[in-house]
Amino acid sequence: MILGLFGAPKADMVGTEQMSADPWALLPAASTNAQAIDTLYVFITALCGISMLGVVGAQVYFMWKYKKPANGHRKTSPITHNGRLEFIWSAIPALFMIVLFAWGEIGFVEQFSPPPDAINVRVTGQKWDWTVEYPDYPGAVLSSSSAVPTEEQQKQLQAAGEWGEDIIDRKPTLIVPTGVPVRLTLTSKDVIHSFYIPVFRLKRDAVPGRYTTYWFEATQEGEFPLFCAEYCGDEHSSMIGYVKVVSAEQFEVELKEATKLEQKDAESLADFGKRVFDRGGCKTCHNIDNDEAKTGPSLKGIWGRSEQLTDGSTITADDNYIRESVLDPNAKIVSGFSPQMPSFAGRFNDEHITALIEYLKTLK
Amino acid sequence: MAHHPAHADHAPEPDYIRAKKGIMSWLVTVDHKRLGLMYLASVLFFFLVAGILAIALRTELFTPGQDFMSAQTYNKVFTLHGAIMVFLFIIPSVPAAMGNFLLPLMLGAKDVAFPKLNLLSFYVFSVAAIMFISTLVMGSIDTGWTFYTPYSTATGGAATMAVFAVFVAGFSSILTGVNFVVTVHRMRAPGQTWDRLPLFVWAIYATAVIQVLATPVLAITVLLLGLERIFGVGIFDPALGGDPVLFQHFFWFYSHPAVYIMILPGFGIISELLTVHSRKHIFGYKAIALSSVAIAIISFLVWGHHMFVSGQSELAGIVFSFLTFAVAVPTAIKVFSWVATLYKGSISYTTPMWYGLMFLWTFTIGGLTGLYLGTLSIDVHLHDTYFVVAHFHYVMVGGTVVAFIGGLHHWWGKMTGKMYNEKAGAIGALLVFVGFNGTFLTQFFLGHQGMPRRYYAYLSEYQFLHQISTIGSWILAAGLLWTMIYLLHSLWYGEKATGNYWNATSLEWHTQSPPIEHNFHDTPHVTGSPYDFPEIDKSGATH
Repeated sequence: MILGLFGAPKADMVGTEQMSADPWALLPAASTNAQAIDTLYVFITALCGISMLGVVGAQVYFMWKYKKPANGHRKTSPITHNGRLEFIWSAIPALFMIVLFAWGEIGFVEQFSPPPDAINVRVTGQKWDWTVEYPDYPGAVLSSSSAVPTEEQQKQLQAAGEWGEDIIDRKPTLIVPTGVPVRLTLTSKDVIHSFYIPVFRLKRDAVPGRYTTYWFEATQEGEFPLFCAEYCGDEHSSMIGYVKVVSAEQFEVELKEATKLEQKDAESLADFGKRVFDRGGCKTCHNIDNDEAKTGPSLKGIWGRSEQLTDGSTITADDNYIRESVLDPNAKIVSGFSPQMPSFAGRFNDEHITALIEYLKTLK
Repeated sequence: MAHHPAHADHAPEPDYIRAKKGIMSWLVTVDHKRLGLMYLASVLFFFLVAGILAIALRTELFTPGQDFMSAQTYNKVFTLHGAIMVFLFIIPSVPAAMGNFLLPLMLGAKDVAFPKLNLLSFYVFSVAAIMFISTLVMGSIDTGWTFYTPYSTATGGAATMAVFAVFVAGFSSILTGVNFVVTVHRMRAPGQTWDRLPLFVWAIYATAVIQVLATPVLAITVLLLGLERIFGVGIFDPALGGDPVLFQHFFWFYSHPAVYIMILPGFGIISELLTVHSRKHIFGYKAIALSSVAIAIISFLVWGHHMFVSGQSELAGIVFSFLTFAVAVPTAIKVFSWVATLYKGSISYTTPMWYGLMFLWTFTIGGLTGLYLGTLSIDVHLHDTYFVVAHFHYVMVGGTVVAFIGGLHHWWGKMTGKMYNEKAGAIGALLVFVGFNGTFLTQFFLGHQGMPRRYYAYLSEYQFLHQISTIGSWILAAGLLWTMIYLLHSLWYGEKATGNYWNATSLEWHTQSPPIEHNFHDTPHVTGSPYDFPEIDKSGATH
């Protein structure tokens, strides 16, 4: 239980307000789609409530009315069927089914037909974070890799006594404006994930090897949680982040602010490099505190290490090799690994890469 | 109703349990009743195992953070819970355990059509069960019971063994299905026309047809998955040039009909319970029988409703949504017919009847909440949340398991020769009802609040509802344990069951309890409906 207090993706860790103070109430509806869905949701709930009342009401009435007498049985009705009644109770549900189907179909088609003026956003899932890119805004890339520390990281942070909100580089996974349609294009680098934003009432699977889309128009400013909804392995429960909805005027400013990656005053190059490392999501594939290989080789003690490459040659990991590996990762692959790393050209500039190299030097 | 030809008195004959002695007489038996009992013991064991896992999961979820299970352990436990419940408990529960025991008795037959095939089917099931359990010592599996690719292609552990266990279990299902189809066609008693079959037989028949037609697809699917894992043949994994959504199509092409393999036999039991304990003819016999067949057919055409957000085309989603609503109509007809059956009856509040009545509540919730999920735009929100978890537990537990436990009590005396204690039974039913609804009703609200499924830790704003759910699960567990205890107790201390302790009319009540080895001394002749109770007023006065 004590552990439970710490080792959880708590609401304050995601950094958002509670979506709903009352657990029985509807969620806030923060998009045009959510408002439309809720109307239908309430309609179905009323329909189900009336049906349930009818079925259970009749059942309970019969249970009370036709209880067996204390001794023996009373004579029971010989009725075996009633064609008219059976027709009615088949036809009425059938009519309601057609209404529900049509209503749901209209909303569904709407959810997947973005208006042509929508802002394009690319969302890429990977175990266990999201990378969100804005092709219309050069250099604007968000990564939720540091939004919620993994279980391991939490333990390390607790052990080091460094537990606190400031330790987390808290960044929104997604920033969107109100009143402007936004079209998401989803894909995945490894297994199937699902990008789920409850306050917009939307989700779609991010499938490796194909693209899926949906769109929304946010109506309410605020910060709201988003989840991975398709089971994807160990840290599936930690693959959560939040969407920040801002006004249309503030949007570009906020996006720039959130994607800004600059050395702070009095920050050492290595410390800045660590932030670059975190932002790049590098630790998803590279260990830094032990020699174990993940998708890519461990970076512990990387600087100055000799590596055998797939073509049999040997190379020393110096500044230039690291730089090349960041910008053109598949040029020289270390023996035993496959070319899977994406290029960071365009995301990291020279200052970032220099800082990154200084940080890698500190990993011993 | 049936009559027996007048005959000389029979010498007393031992019942099927005592007819032969020794462990070998059980291991090589071809008696459908003994095989039914062996299946029953097996599935109840797996129910207990998977139930304990469920309680562990719910207990872990009592707080938002990690309590006693790591994320990896939790993932393995929920996978085992789901896979054992589905493949080793629910699918064989009613058809293999009760179907085996009751089908020939209800048909007035000596045995199923192919008794040796029946024995083989049991051993195939046992091999599958052992293979599945062996994954526990091979690193276990963390894929979820759905084995979605490419996760299942890449993950470590014993996923290969697990999918082959499912492959083998499928053959047991197919063999039993073929056996039952032939039995119903060929082994009915003289005079037992199709419209004089008990509705349990209709339900088992429809189930058997689905088993024979759908299970091979599962076998092919898991075989392909196995080939991909072992030989790296690119079928589902995009890294190898495959298509992960194709797996979902294959998987649900079987697993959606499988949902009806799980629920249709439950429908059959409910039709028997509600009539016998209210002394009424079933209302709408033809509608109930034919709706089982309609459901069996349409069930093959709705698999894509598991995939509305998976990346299948929107048009496919729309077609599948329409067909899904089509399957709701025959289901609604059944529920209305059952309620109407109670009208002007004479209702005894026995334990089986409590479960029958409980079913009308829980299954109706399960069915109605399906409307939310069949509605395309709503499903986009609720998909893969606790709403779905609650929905299918209301159908699988509130439907099948409630019917199964009700049927177990109804035929307990027939199967074992001993009567359980009615008071104990009523207490158990109350605990199950309260616990079950406490556990799962709250989960609909969790789902609407956006709580995704398969999370071992969650945002603290969901804690309140999770805690009610967990407390509910403890009450449910207490009810089921209590039921297990008094049923076991009855085996030693229960009253002896008479041949027809419910005063019912279908053929299984025309022999002693437990039945003799060959079921009947003489072939029964059927002259009327199985629901023609002596209490029914034929004078026309009660109209």
